[in-house]
Amino acid sequence: MSDHAGAVKGMIGTSVARREDDRLLTGRGRYLDDLELPGALAAAFVRSTFAHANIRSIDAEAARALPGVIAVYTGADLMEIQKPLAPKVTHPQLRDHPRLPMPPRAVHYVGEPIAVVIARTRYLAEDAIELIEVDYEELPAVGSTAAALAPGGPMAHEGDDTNIAVTLSQSAGNTDQAMRDAPHTVSAEFTVTRGGGHSMECRAVAARHDPATGQLVVWDTTQSPHYARQQLSTIYDMPEDDIRIIAPPDVGGGFGPKAQFYGEEVVIPWVAKKIGRPVKWVEDRSENFVSAMMERSQTHRIEVGFDDEGHLIAVRDHVEHDQGAYCAGLQVPSITTSTVPGPYHVPNIHVELLACYTNMVPTSSVRGAGRPQAVFAMERMMDRIAEHLDIDPALVRERNLIQADEFPYEVGITFRDGSPLTYDSGDFPALLSGTLDRLDYPNLRAEQAELRAEGRLVGIGLACYVEGCGLGPYEGAKVRLTNRGRILVTLAAAGQGQGYETVYAQIASDALGLDMAYIDVTTGDTSKIPFGQGTFASRITATAGPATYQAAQQMRERLTETAAILLKCHPAEITFVGDRACLDGDTDKAKTLLELAQVANVGKHGITLPKGVRAGLETSAYFAPERAAYASGAHAAVVEVDPDTGGVTILKYVIGHDCGNVINPKLVDGQVLGGFAHGIGNAMYEEAAYDADAQPQAASYLDYSLVSATEVPDVELFHIHTPSPLNPLGAKGAGEGGTIPAPAAIANAVEDALRPLGAPRINHAPVTPARIVDAIEHAAAT
Amino acid sequence: MTETTGHLISVTINGATQQHVVDDRTTLADFLRERLRLTGTHLGCEHGVCGACTVIVDGAAVRSCLMLAVQSDGSQVETVEGLSPEGELGPLQQAFKDNRALQCGFCTSGFLMSVTAALREGPVHDENHARDVLSGNICRCTGYSGLVQAVLDASKETDGE
Repeated sequence: MSDHAGAVKGMIGTSVARREDDRLLTGRGRYLDDLELPGALAAAFVRSTFAHANIRSIDAEAARALPGVIAVYTGADLMEIQKPLAPKVTHPQLRDHPRLPMPPRAVHYVGEPIAVVIARTRYLAEDAIELIEVDYEELPAVGSTAAALAPGGPMAHEGDDTNIAVTLSQSAGNTDQAMRDAPHTVSAEFTVTRGGGHSMECRAVAARHDPATGQLVVWDTTQSPHYARQQLSTIYDMPEDDIRIIAPPDVGGGFGPKAQFYGEEVVIPWVAKKIGRPVKWVEDRSENFVSAMMERSQTHRIEVGFDDEGHLIAVRDHVEHDQGAYCAGLQVPSITTSTVPGPYHVPNIHVELLACYTNMVPTSSVRGAGRPQAVFAMERMMDRIAEHLDIDPALVRERNLIQADEFPYEVGITFRDGSPLTYDSGDFPALLSGTLDRLDYPNLRAEQAELRAEGRLVGIGLACYVEGCGLGPYEGAKVRLTNRGRILVTLAAAGQGQGYETVYAQIASDALGLDMAYIDVTTGDTSKIPFGQGTFASRITATAGPATYQAAQQMRERLTETAAILLKCHPAEITFVGDRACLDGDTDKAKTLLELAQVANVGKHGITLPKGVRAGLETSAYFAPERAAYASGAHAAVVEVDPDTGGVTILKYVIGHDCGNVINPKLVDGQVLGGFAHGIGNAMYEEAAYDADAQPQAASYLDYSLVSATEVPDVELFHIHTPSPLNPLGAKGAGEGGTIPAPAAIANAVEDALRPLGAPRINHAPVTPARIVDAIEHAAAT
Repeated sequence: MTETTGHLISVTINGATQQHVVDDRTTLADFLRERLRLTGTHLGCEHGVCGACTVIVDGAAVRSCLMLAVQSDGSQVETVEGLSPEGELGPLQQAFKDNRALQCGFCTSGFLMSVTAALREGPVHDENHARDVLSGNICRCTGYSGLVQAVLDASKETDGE
């Protein structure tokens, strides 16, 4: 299925089985809703049914009187916590409308929380919701970026005179001049639709306040416990040490939406503190559809200038980005603007993005995070260039690719981490040629021509990408020898199924020179490590990885130093055999980890340590990359289209992937293939449709199609490994590369398949049967 | 609206027959999770599409979110906890592990129960059949290829017994 070139020694680079699996396969996982919280009450939220409205009044009297209901709080009842949830990434020119945890006066999207019911059970809480009367003054709503930008159209926020939140732009060279001088230009408009993260576990928050210690313990399915703690510390005006955020040991997928911070995360702990009892809220799927952040909706008007051979001269891209009702952060649009040039030499580029307020769920990162849209625009244009010049689309790409000897490569624009967009390493030609080889490309093109002659619509689509990953500012790890004689690696990062308990034991094992059987990993608890950022942007392996490696190297020094003192030798003479630190490998001249802990950690009350032994076997390291690393890849799809139904059959799919050095190859395969399934959803199925009044039209899995095993084709996956020079592991990120180019590859393949029918245009993702049939009919009519 | 009636049901869960009084509106999933604390059964959508809550009732794979607890009266219910009462992985669970057929694990119990029911009906010999067997459940993490191989491997294993 997949082949990883280039082996690495030790545990790093080995596909060890996951430690997490046994508990998950036997029903013993500990997801948030599985945790025992004696006496916990259930919470349910009243959510706005209008996309834009003023709240005249909320009558909760009947709900409060319902037996089993403990309390009902409207936004106005909790004014002390109505402080803005700050945008994650901002911009000096951003016109920010405060996103309040539970707004008391006005709502700006369907699903916005406006009141919370606390009851004995969730059933009773939902009964109570039925009894709450909300009197709304409905206001005109904005249901698309087109509506947001239409002259004289409605405003997403009352009193505004524009729906533009901010304009972001990126430039290199002189695009206007170069475009005017280019021998050829083509332009097109592409749209990508909203889609969600759809982790199988929805969001959830539970909290318990202990008045004796003043500590608020919050269990949260968040990808970023320390980020959540910082937000709560600010909003509650409490010291961070009084707030303990625990991302449970098992979280059922994240994919971006769980990296954001939401009103429910503010309301539930506060209410638990007010009531003096534990409170738990578990988002159901109906809520998830209208309240978890989404992504993707963008319109690109892109123009490219090129020479007779297809060499890019200039790219100009005008992007309309749907920010949703509030700005939860500008990470996605800023990533989009820097992802457009991709793996190509683009001497002149101008990207301008209008981030628009609309009355839909706020948007933020979803696996891919702004990159699939940029890749969609650019890779579609590479095919259009090929079509215009009547040369092969693979050749157009080859002629423009940055070569393997050009790294570090400065693109000339800026990445979202604030540093110049500088590709650290890669071999883009090897990814493309490897992909083409696996397609048997020249023969495949010949075969396509034969099939076309028979009237069959078979198409080939390519898409290349570069993915900024491994972002700063830092991530940390602590390594401690516990008093029971085991090594404990503590990460701030919280996992959602990536296998951290396994991967970070592998990394620590190599750095310590100790079998991973003696190493445990714990994650996602702010009380166990003071600083952290979180799991997002394919960043953890390239940040927490080196931090773990460095902290474990320090621990090795501490262990060998301690053992050497006790064994009266030099630290360099110490090696580990099992859990014994041995002199020259002799297990009779050895100290076990437990013995070392006894000496340096436990000690003897009042007795001086052996001379030279340093107290407390604990180390820590924080790794702060100097800038982002860049993973890359090439995808190829071969499809057949049924022109009568618009049905698409994927005949073959190849992925070439480069995320630098890998720690556990099979887990990387899993990341890529899982991301690919998400990409197929974006390419062909998933569409979070809203009507003109910004009412969600796809709010269940009956209307929003997630791919099952029958929709996701087999993939031939291969890897190359160009190590990142930016971290000692040479690692990059693997979480999103499978997703990013899939919509572009599929759309290119479908458009290629349809070319004999008068070149119908496929300008919209997802590429659905209805859109294909429309495109065919449109082409026939013109 | 909030008046609920208690019903005495007798249901066999993972081989043990038990009597419980349940509200008429309590779903089988909530009964298993909240009352019996069999939390291996997960709720992913509560409208019968994702399959995370799949359990086996009288031999058939069913969505426990769409079934009421009272409807299980007199039935044999099997949950993921019943697949390995001793904690050892059975052949299907081992095949999942060997083939990296799970990541976050939230959907896993539902897949295990769906496939368990399917394999009792007969072997799964080819990829298309395996995909068909898996198509009633959604996994957002793995991309399904490991699941497909796990079904084929487990089928071989159980076929040979």
